[in-house]
Amino acid sequence: MSATSWKEPEVTEALAAEHGIKADEYARLLEIVGRKPTFTELGIYSVMWSEHCSYKSSRVWLKKFPTTAPWVICGPGENAGVIDIGDNQAAIFKMESHNHPSYIEPFQGAATGVGGILRDVFTMGARPIANLNALRFGEPSHPKTRQLVAGVVSGIGHYGNCVGVPTVGGETNFHKAYNGNCLVNAMTVGIADQDKIFYSKAAGIGNPVVYVGSKTGRDGIHGATMSSAEFTEDSEAKRPTVQVGDPFTEKLLIEACLELMNTDAIQSIQDMGAAGLTSSSVEMAGKGGLGIELHLEKVPQREVGMTPYEIMLSESQERMLMVLKPGSEDKARAIFEKWELDFAVIGHLTDTGHFVLKMHGQTYCDLELAPLFDAAPLYHRPTEPTPAQPALDLDESALWPSDLSLADILAKLVACPDLASKRWIWQQYDSQVGADTRFLSGQSDAAVVRVHGTNKALAMSSDVTPRYCFADPVQGGRQAVAESYRNVSAVGALPLAITDNMNFGNPEKPRIMGQFAGCVEGMAEACRVLDYPVVSGNVSLYNETNGEGILPTPTVGGVGLLADGHKAVGLGFKNDGDVILLVGETEGHLGQSLYLREILGLEAGPAPAVDLEAEKRHGTFVREAIQAGLITASHDVSDGGLQVALAEMAMASGKGADLAGLDGWHIAELFGEDQGRYVLTVKPSDVEAVETKAAEAGVTLTRIGTVGGDSLTAPGGHAISVAALVEANESWLPAYMDGKLG
Amino acid sequence: MKSAVIVFPGSNCDRDIAVALEQASGRKPHMAFHKDTDLPDVDVIAVPGGFSYGDYLRCGAMAAHSPIMKLVKERAAKGVRVVGICNGFQIITEAGLLPGALIRNKSLKYVCRTVGLTVESTDSDFTKKYAKGQVIGIPVGHGEGNYVADEETLKRLEGEGLVAFRYTALPGQAADQANPNGATNNIAGIFNAERNVLGMMPHPERAFDPLHGNTDGRAFFDSLVESLS
Repeated sequence: MSATSWKEPEVTEALAAEHGIKADEYARLLEIVGRKPTFTELGIYSVMWSEHCSYKSSRVWLKKFPTTAPWVICGPGENAGVIDIGDNQAAIFKMESHNHPSYIEPFQGAATGVGGILRDVFTMGARPIANLNALRFGEPSHPKTRQLVAGVVSGIGHYGNCVGVPTVGGETNFHKAYNGNCLVNAMTVGIADQDKIFYSKAAGIGNPVVYVGSKTGRDGIHGATMSSAEFTEDSEAKRPTVQVGDPFTEKLLIEACLELMNTDAIQSIQDMGAAGLTSSSVEMAGKGGLGIELHLEKVPQREVGMTPYEIMLSESQERMLMVLKPGSEDKARAIFEKWELDFAVIGHLTDTGHFVLKMHGQTYCDLELAPLFDAAPLYHRPTEPTPAQPALDLDESALWPSDLSLADILAKLVACPDLASKRWIWQQYDSQVGADTRFLSGQSDAAVVRVHGTNKALAMSSDVTPRYCFADPVQGGRQAVAESYRNVSAVGALPLAITDNMNFGNPEKPRIMGQFAGCVEGMAEACRVLDYPVVSGNVSLYNETNGEGILPTPTVGGVGLLADGHKAVGLGFKNDGDVILLVGETEGHLGQSLYLREILGLEAGPAPAVDLEAEKRHGTFVREAIQAGLITASHDVSDGGLQVALAEMAMASGKGADLAGLDGWHIAELFGEDQGRYVLTVKPSDVEAVETKAAEAGVTLTRIGTVGGDSLTAPGGHAISVAALVEANESWLPAYMDGKLG
Repeated sequence: MKSAVIVFPGSNCDRDIAVALEQASGRKPHMAFHKDTDLPDVDVIAVPGGFSYGDYLRCGAMAAHSPIMKLVKERAAKGVRVVGICNGFQIITEAGLLPGALIRNKSLKYVCRTVGLTVESTDSDFTKKYAKGQVIGIPVGHGEGNYVADEETLKRLEGEGLVAFRYTALPGQAADQANPNGATNNIAGIFNAERNVLGMMPHPERAFDPLHGNTDGRAFFDSLVESLS
């Protein structure tokens, strides 16, 4: 078959159905197009109308997020969100999922997830300075889990290490609800000058449309459609829809694009992500209200005989589409040739309002562009609220198994898969390239990376507690945003904005859509109260296998600013003799706690309530005390409660503590997951100043002990050595990955 | 001290080493591109870390044959100081400036962490500001840092005191955790016979600035500045 004589298959309703277009959607398509579409046109409509590209189930809900603030330069709708960080600089960031491909082919799925989110950020003119990853896997005993962890971690490292962007933070959880669908959420943060930010809205009739980067191959065709459906037993057969990444080319593409962006050649630019050349060209022209004409034989191709359909639907990686200003082609070409990347003028903008695709003179697509861009189906899917969880009814004797000492309980908790050290993972990531990373991994609540050439630093964190979202989507949504706010505040940074990555099951089920709606409601409320708007995001639905959905997982990627990165505070105990203070009120909320799950085998009870006004008050107090230089270590209290938070501060430093102030505290108070709390350490000479500040701010502050020794001395004469805690905490993941456990 | 930093496609520690050189010496390094066929007069040339040419074929193998490396070899022969760090160590070893080879880590995994190093020799322009036997903590980040050489070469390196740094346990670390990659004789860095060329896997430029929380790499740059200014 030669490319010049390609005869397209006949389009039928059945063929449309194979493309994921439902019968009513096909009827709508026929009405819009006014005739039967060609095969290429059908392919184009199928990806543009996929859940992945059109957000058809989620759009009505996403509108509820607050997206503006005086420091927001660009909110959702562009490749990434943009915020003002002073001195004419901007932070540009986004989080995006690569869940479905990572489950099918973990190494390439995760690697290309990192590659895709990096492009979203540098396409806007930013140099990427940090990557984070939120990972969720099935239970450790599931036969696929170990292989997925190994492949995903290796893929993230392979890509991130080679492109030279440090991987500085993230989270990893295990739960049986992810047995059939792992989650890989990748976040990139970059820095740009505010007068050098690039957008995707095309302008200038006749302006050249330029393709740069890797050649187009047959990989990843239908990736967007695949990611918009549930998995069944035969999902392994979808491996050819997963793209293959080349981080070396991406590194060259970053350097070439940033070099070109320093000139005045680019009018608009967009990376080719999901749905490749189709969505990039339609979105650019659509935003500009223009038409576009492409000549597909000019597209650099990796394989011979590619059809227009394949070229338009390929998701080959490391490609960008740009509209250049007239007369800039030679300057741009020289830069891409220097970096040994393909550069091709493949078409131009038109005033016809049509999306026209030709190859060797023959027309394969001639569609009105506006409906492709903005007339995708929009669903108000039915929602069903999540029933309230009954309150727990457990007394102290039922809560404390008689065969376990407090030390045993603590050792067991810090060794459980969710709390065990993730050193095995983060040591495979280059966390220091760029030489601006403040803390080694595991040493602070949020990652802190200096803005190169300044004293400023960004604090970044990824957070969500899916078990709370499952028990109570509204509280869980609030908590995800509040925990992000807390982690960013805990290092001393001012939380500025978030990106969200909404991972849910099948939206056609009212129960799932109810989870989505509830989480959005809780998140939106928290964003409003905490002045922490959403500036970018991504939705991943249909995370289901054989009808079993994941836990609702709206991952929040938060970014905050420190005027002086040197003032950031880590979580490890610092000096012997420092006084340990607890910020916030402790009631002993055990519902949905890790204590219940890991010690008593119960996943029960209501999720903890989040008092957003208290979160704001406490976060502001902690931040100001750090800025005033009064705090030596700071850690938020989250999974596992107060005892676990204290153990983490001890393990990070090797120092113990005398916790006399906890004498008489009950199990629920020691391990409950009440929100809005932090543990701070303060030099004895500063305690009074901190207590005065707390009183003025209306913040409850409790002295609970003193740093020192090599054990955590718990109330009632219990003691556990820090070395024993470290051993328990560090052993689980390496042993599991070696096949010695579960 | 005048310095140059070589930039290959895929280098990613070029900026970091340039920042450290500039801060230590007060002079901006010359950034030389892999295709360059001339190089200004400099006192020291740094071949930085990264993934030159994507590490395709074999780490450092393609970079070793780039036009700029011809010049680097010529300058090294004339006594100009050359330091290869991480991928730079792999490149100058592939280029024949140093003996032996760097193969895949014994763990088969990339490793990024701070390692302990014993300064084995202070008899060089790179290490004179350290004390002999001093233990320092310096970060590594590599997948192929496992140094190997034939018996005869190892004997010569050890016998002539050409091992610059050796992996050693940090305080509180188990002895078997010291070596991050399985390198023979715990070798982390070596000199050539003339001691004007140094190759090392650890990154002193990542332990330079107070922000890093560790400034053990500072003396490396101060040694160069003191020797070459």
